[in-house]
Amino acid sequence: MDFLQLLEMFLSGIWGTIKLFAVALIGALILGTILAGMRVSPTPVLRTAASTYINVVRNTPLTLVMFFCAFGLPFLDIRFGATSSFNSFVYATLALTAYTACFVAETLKSGISTVPVGQAEAARAIGLTFGQTLNQVVLPQAFRTVIPPLGSVIIALLKNTSIASAFNNRELISAMRNAIEVRGDLVVPLLFGTALAYLILALILGRVFDYLEKKLVILR
Amino acid sequence: MTQVTSRLQFFWQDPTFFMCERYSLRSIAMRAESPPLVSVTDVEKHYGDFHALKHINLNIKEREVVVVIGPSGSGKSTLCRTINRLETITSGSITIDGKQLPAEGAALAQLRSDVGMVFQAFNLFAHKTILENVTLGPIKVRKLSKAEAEKQAMALLERVGVAHQADKYPAQLSGGQQQRVAIARSLAMKPKVMLFDEPTSALDPEMINEVLDVMVGLAEEGMTMVVVTHEMGFARKAAHRVVFMADGEIVEIAEPEEFFTNPKTPRAKDFLSKILTR
Repeated sequence: MDFLQLLEMFLSGIWGTIKLFAVALIGALILGTILAGMRVSPTPVLRTAASTYINVVRNTPLTLVMFFCAFGLPFLDIRFGATSSFNSFVYATLALTAYTACFVAETLKSGISTVPVGQAEAARAIGLTFGQTLNQVVLPQAFRTVIPPLGSVIIALLKNTSIASAFNNRELISAMRNAIEVRGDLVVPLLFGTALAYLILALILGRVFDYLEKKLVILR
Repeated sequence: MTQVTSRLQFFWQDPTFFMCERYSLRSIAMRAESPPLVSVTDVEKHYGDFHALKHINLNIKEREVVVVIGPSGSGKSTLCRTINRLETITSGSITIDGKQLPAEGAALAQLRSDVGMVFQAFNLFAHKTILENVTLGPIKVRKLSKAEAEKQAMALLERVGVAHQADKYPAQLSGGQQQRVAIARSLAMKPKVMLFDEPTSALDPEMINEVLDVMVGLAEEGMTMVVVTHEMGFARKAAHRVVFMADGEIVEIAEPEEFFTNPKTPRAKDFLSKILTR
């Protein structure tokens, strides 16, 4: 297997990682925002439900969450597509979403507490409902203040996609393993190459967050 | 008959008649019996052991301007905030336009949209432009189209004198400008009554008048207003009644001239002697 073939293998692995990451990121941001909203809601049932979910899932190892999704869901006959590779992809993104959403929610909640109380009071005073106050006034400001810590959570998500390799997913780590199997003589360069690939992806993300932070800064 | 008519004509034609605030048409109309727009009845408020509002009764008629003054910690801000339920009350009742203040939920949001509120700290939405600050409520609550809301907002910003700043963000404006935007934001909801919670207390002295001028204009147009303030000049110029509070109680209610020149209670006398000789 020559260099070009290895590169092709890695590129398709990177593409697999990006797919897992992107889908899980969207899911985690949506679910995390909902959980954060529930945690500050005036309804005690919602608050309790959200904090229970966060406490349970956040304190479970991601590998175990993956096991629940990849083995538990098929056992319960919950499937999402005809092919096993597509099912594995959905199970992995579900696990990543469920797990990362907790961290997104906690980060956002700390952001919400930095938004001055007067902002929400003013929103309520012009007749916005709780949901509108949250969506229009509080969350947009909370998101802007937590861009740096949210960035760390999202970079952790990128790296956590590697666990999906153990659950029948084609991504960077599985590509590396396959490459090592055929070219064992290159094991050290392959390991470094994989690390470099993650590093480049994470650095690109970091640049995006830096840009967003500068672009969306709120003057007070 | 002719005699009566001629006397009446004389009566109405006398220019000095209208110059006296006490007999102005507005005051006469106000005194005519009409149900109160805001009615606060037997209201009590406790923060834990602290008794913040003690047996408050206050009726505010349509077009009436009520100024609430008193030393800090007297409960005047708390009273103001209970009227749109930003503070809950322990017991008693508050009605606005005959409707009981509902508990949290859509009904309360609806009612709040009819009650304007201007805060000491302005509380403009920091992530939205001046124009967006004023259009948010009309678009989301009154369901106006964006174009319609913007047209109305620009007219209001014009009126309070900050139209040329419409595309800036709140932090780029001076305090006085921000507070005028906050007033425009409240007015955009076409409120039945407006609450002002120490609207000039966070302002530099030279900016106080630009905000007070807008408020006096509103009062002259017949807006129903509850104003918590230390601005005695405003109270004299625009208020129909002054409510003096101390230690969570309403101690004295009087017309401004009466209150400032001839306070009845020792507590009010003491307070006035301190602020008027400042």
